Amino acid sequence: MKLPKLPAPPLPGVLQPRPPRPGEREKVGPIEQAKEGGIAAVDWVDERTSLSGGLRWAMFRKVPKGTNWFYTLGSATMFAFLSQATTGVFLAMYYDPSATNAYESTRHLTNEVFLGEFVRGMHRWGSTVMVILIFLHMGRTFFFGAYKYPRELNWIIGAVLLILTMAMSFTGYLLPFDQRSYWATIVGVNINGTGPMVGPFLSDFLRGGAEFGATTLSRFYAIHMLLIPGAIAALIGAHLYLVAKLGTTAPPWLKADTSDVVDEDRV
Amino acid sequence: MPDRRKPPQSKYTADRQIPGAFEGETVTRRRFMTLTAHGAGAVAATAFTLPALGFAAGSAIFDRPEVRWQAVGAPEDFPADTYVPKVITEVSGIGDVGKTTVYMRARNEEVDGAYPEGIPGTADFIAMSTRCMHLGCPVRYVEASARFICPCHGGVYDFKGAVSGGPPVRPLDRFYVRLRNGQVEVGPRYSVNSEFTRFPSYRDPGQDLDGIGQYLYPGRFSTPKLD
Repeated sequence: MKLPKLPAPPLPGVLQPRPPRPGEREKVGPIEQAKEGGIAAVDWVDERTSLSGGLRWAMFRKVPKGTNWFYTLGSATMFAFLSQATTGVFLAMYYDPSATNAYESTRHLTNEVFLGEFVRGMHRWGSTVMVILIFLHMGRTFFFGAYKYPRELNWIIGAVLLILTMAMSFTGYLLPFDQRSYWATIVGVNINGTGPMVGPFLSDFLRGGAEFGATTLSRFYAIHMLLIPGAIAALIGAHLYLVAKLGTTAPPWLKADTSDVVDEDRV
Repeated sequence: MPDRRKPPQSKYTADRQIPGAFEGETVTRRRFMTLTAHGAGAVAATAFTLPALGFAAGSAIFDRPEVRWQAVGAPEDFPADTYVPKVITEVSGIGDVGKTTVYMRARNEEVDGAYPEGIPGTADFIAMSTRCMHLGCPVRYVEASARFICPCHGGVYDFKGAVSGGPPVRPLDRFYVRLRNGQVEVGPRYSVNSEFTRFPSYRDPGQDLDGIGQYLYPGRFSTPKLD
């Protein structure tokens, strides 16, 4: 049912916009000018890239009936990643990945830099939030049966993204370089070393030698801020492409409408 | 179901009616160019990927550190019935992070058995590592129970370093010890299995060295080697 529109409140004559006099051109205000400028700039880019078609294809998709809030968990995870990426880049401006300075620089950026505690807190708690969101997203996909044909590859990419996120959590945990991160990393690398045959050498690779040494921290730092984020960003791109390409599933409690009768309201 | 596969084509371009084909030619010039371009791309990508991977892994896995000996005290500092903690530097250049506690005592005939043969200089003193053989947390020696106890997951070792409880998979590591200029010196670490057989290239915690474990967890190139 369409609700009637409320009438505009009566304005005194002085405040009412005056129509142009006959023979006078309509005045173009600054807002209209800015709008025109914006449209012109977007058009300029679109004329040279045809981006709008792709954007429309990716963003204005048909979604099945019954789509609900559970379908936002994937986007939530992506925004958690974007938040991690942004705060991480700025934390890197103050952080020093050397065994002798890491703890001190972390303490400095947390306690003395303006908003440092907040930005580090976002990164530190955001990592946990991201892991939780991934599992909720994964659970939604599983319980809604959204991993089935033809979306198996997207499930696989998602599983790889989960593993990469875990690797992010592991490498990031060392960086504050306090007692907790140091011993957690010792334990983690040793767990990794219990893999038969390759385990010991993989541990050497992670530590940069047989002992936790001068390059272990910078290794973890490089993996944490360059290697894995790049892989995650690329795989999120592939994940989203497949979502746009294959579409989303209807929730399992919706039965397919198999009747041949055309329903007037839904045509 | 009908066979939708095409009949196999002749390998000669001339037989396949390709314009400009030569007698006896099997690869068209277009295809040759395609393969060359892709091949060049693959070579270029390999040329920077392989050195980068080698750079990341080579030193880490294959560099053998030097053997270092550090004096920890005079022989009379170390009793045979209890352990004395000493701090040594395992990795230099990274401050306190590179230091570790070593529990030292003199050889105890009752505990350690007969004097071993063929072990260079390690016989008179025992230098016990504090690295728990479950996952590497630091154990401490508790005098009252004559046990090493790990705070992380409850690993317990007896006076000799053998596992007496909890998750550890082998006895505590030890360090080579020698006497020089009236000083007891601590050298590289070595691992032992439950029979106290020595494994000179020490293994990381969690790696079982009994039975098949000694083959599943081979020695590494990155541990210091005594001559």
